[in-house]
Amino acid sequence: MGLITHEAVPGVVTTSLRRLLNWSRKSSLWYMLFGIACCAIEMMATGASRYDFDRFGMIFRASPRQSDLMIVPGTVNEKMADRVKVLYDQMAEPRWVIAMGGCAINGGPYHGEYNIVDGVDKVIPVDVYVPGCPPRPEALMHGVLLLQDKIMREGIEIPAPAKG
Amino acid sequence: MAETAVTSEVKQDTTTPAEHELFVNMGPQHPSTHGVLRLLLRVDGERVLSLKPDIGYLHRCFEKIAERRSVQMVIPYCDRTDYLAAITSEWAYVMAAEKLMGVEVPERAEYIRVIVGEMQRIASHLLWFGTFALDLGAVTAFLYAFRERESLFDIFQKLTGARMLYNYLRVGGVRNDLYEGFEEDILRFLDLLEERLIEYNKLLTGNRIFESRTKGVGVITKEQAIAYGASGPVLRGCGVPQDLRKTDPYSVYDRFEFNIPVGEHGDVYSRYVVRMHEFYESIRIIRQAIKTIPGGPWLGDVPRRMKLVGDVYTRVESPRGEVGVYLVGDGSDQPYRCHYRSPCFVHLQLLEPMGVGHLIADMVAIIGSIDIVMGEVDR
Repeated sequence: MGLITHEAVPGVVTTSLRRLLNWSRKSSLWYMLFGIACCAIEMMATGASRYDFDRFGMIFRASPRQSDLMIVPGTVNEKMADRVKVLYDQMAEPRWVIAMGGCAINGGPYHGEYNIVDGVDKVIPVDVYVPGCPPRPEALMHGVLLLQDKIMREGIEIPAPAKG
Repeated sequence: MAETAVTSEVKQDTTTPAEHELFVNMGPQHPSTHGVLRLLLRVDGERVLSLKPDIGYLHRCFEKIAERRSVQMVIPYCDRTDYLAAITSEWAYVMAAEKLMGVEVPERAEYIRVIVGEMQRIASHLLWFGTFALDLGAVTAFLYAFRERESLFDIFQKLTGARMLYNYLRVGGVRNDLYEGFEEDILRFLDLLEERLIEYNKLLTGNRIFESRTKGVGVITKEQAIAYGASGPVLRGCGVPQDLRKTDPYSVYDRFEFNIPVGEHGDVYSRYVVRMHEFYESIRIIRQAIKTIPGGPWLGDVPRRMKLVGDVYTRVESPRGEVGVYLVGDGSDQPYRCHYRSPCFVHLQLLEPMGVGHLIADMVAIIGSIDIVMGEVDR
């Protein structure tokens, strides 16, 4: 994984702080159990027996406060868009979003209909788009691998203290 | 977003809550509401005093879309209404279109539809079994059920090319014939499932914790269920032997022998028992159909230019109850109106008589027992 950059003394590993942080972040992406539509069933299948998300250190959490990753699995309509935004705001930083399926990317088969938000990126920022209707579990796992690569490239941001 | 956001406030209970009462929002993001259902609960401590379901978080304009697509183009959208039982919702729609156009369906196609429909019932009930147990805290059952679901999906994939949303039924038949070796695959799976069902029963049926969570919870009477228009396992759980496959046989269901399992008490446990028995009935039907399936074409003679004239209501027995499609044609190839009758929408109204007086934790069991799919409720 490129974590160990130098091994001078046995048992001692040197690395940069940035790599260490990113490595630990990407290895325990807890995702929010948040189903919207058909893709939610495939997301559950990815977390269940055959595909087993636990291998990536991914465990589902029921609360946005405890999760790092939001997978948006399904069509977001105008009534739901507010809720999605609220849930995203409730997540603690650093946080990432995967748009799963055609509906979450741009409306998919429902593109342009009344009441449909054409893509969840109109509401919240998205890191990885996983196409499909619904995407196979392998596709979702590939999306997660892409997200892990993205996380490894991130720098350290020291957040400014909240003004209160 | 702000200017387009729809504010659809559900009428709340207007009685002033007493000092110890409070309103609690359950959902739309809640791990055990099975999608985006929102419940407005008025509670006294843990006890539910009244509740109102709030729906519409997954309204995807299905009925309007159906008016602007040609007949065959609507079939994929039918998949996405009831996404756990795609075949049965396709089936109701396709049957309606066939009746309007007067298309004959070849016998082999009817048999294939029965086989695939019952496979779908097994797949849907497996998911229900897993998530229902998960809601009650039994994680093992969830993993077991998904293991079997994946082996069934392998067969579906070989047959239709998709895992969940198949787009397999066509007006006048099915898209493609059974593949070579389908018979061995499905029979092997059914044998495996029968073995595993014993395991499932060991896990939950008779488990004391499970029984005390489900017995006597969410009771509705026979009269209530009929008055609300319930169907499927919810109605059968109250002891009414109503199953469209028997009482109003469509396709070739009248040629097979099977029973209608019914419950006794109309509680969560009865509905659980009914569904567990339905696994065995589906297995029986598939075995009979595989044995007696005739040869011949799998797609009938369909006119290239489709014309829908008149109106018709067709209904099929989906894993959740009566799915019906009311289709009106005005002579063009697009439906003039398409109404989709959803069983879960009806069962949602039953949540109040079921849930009032119980604890919030029991609400989770009740929602799981009516096996709700929000895509079908909101369309």
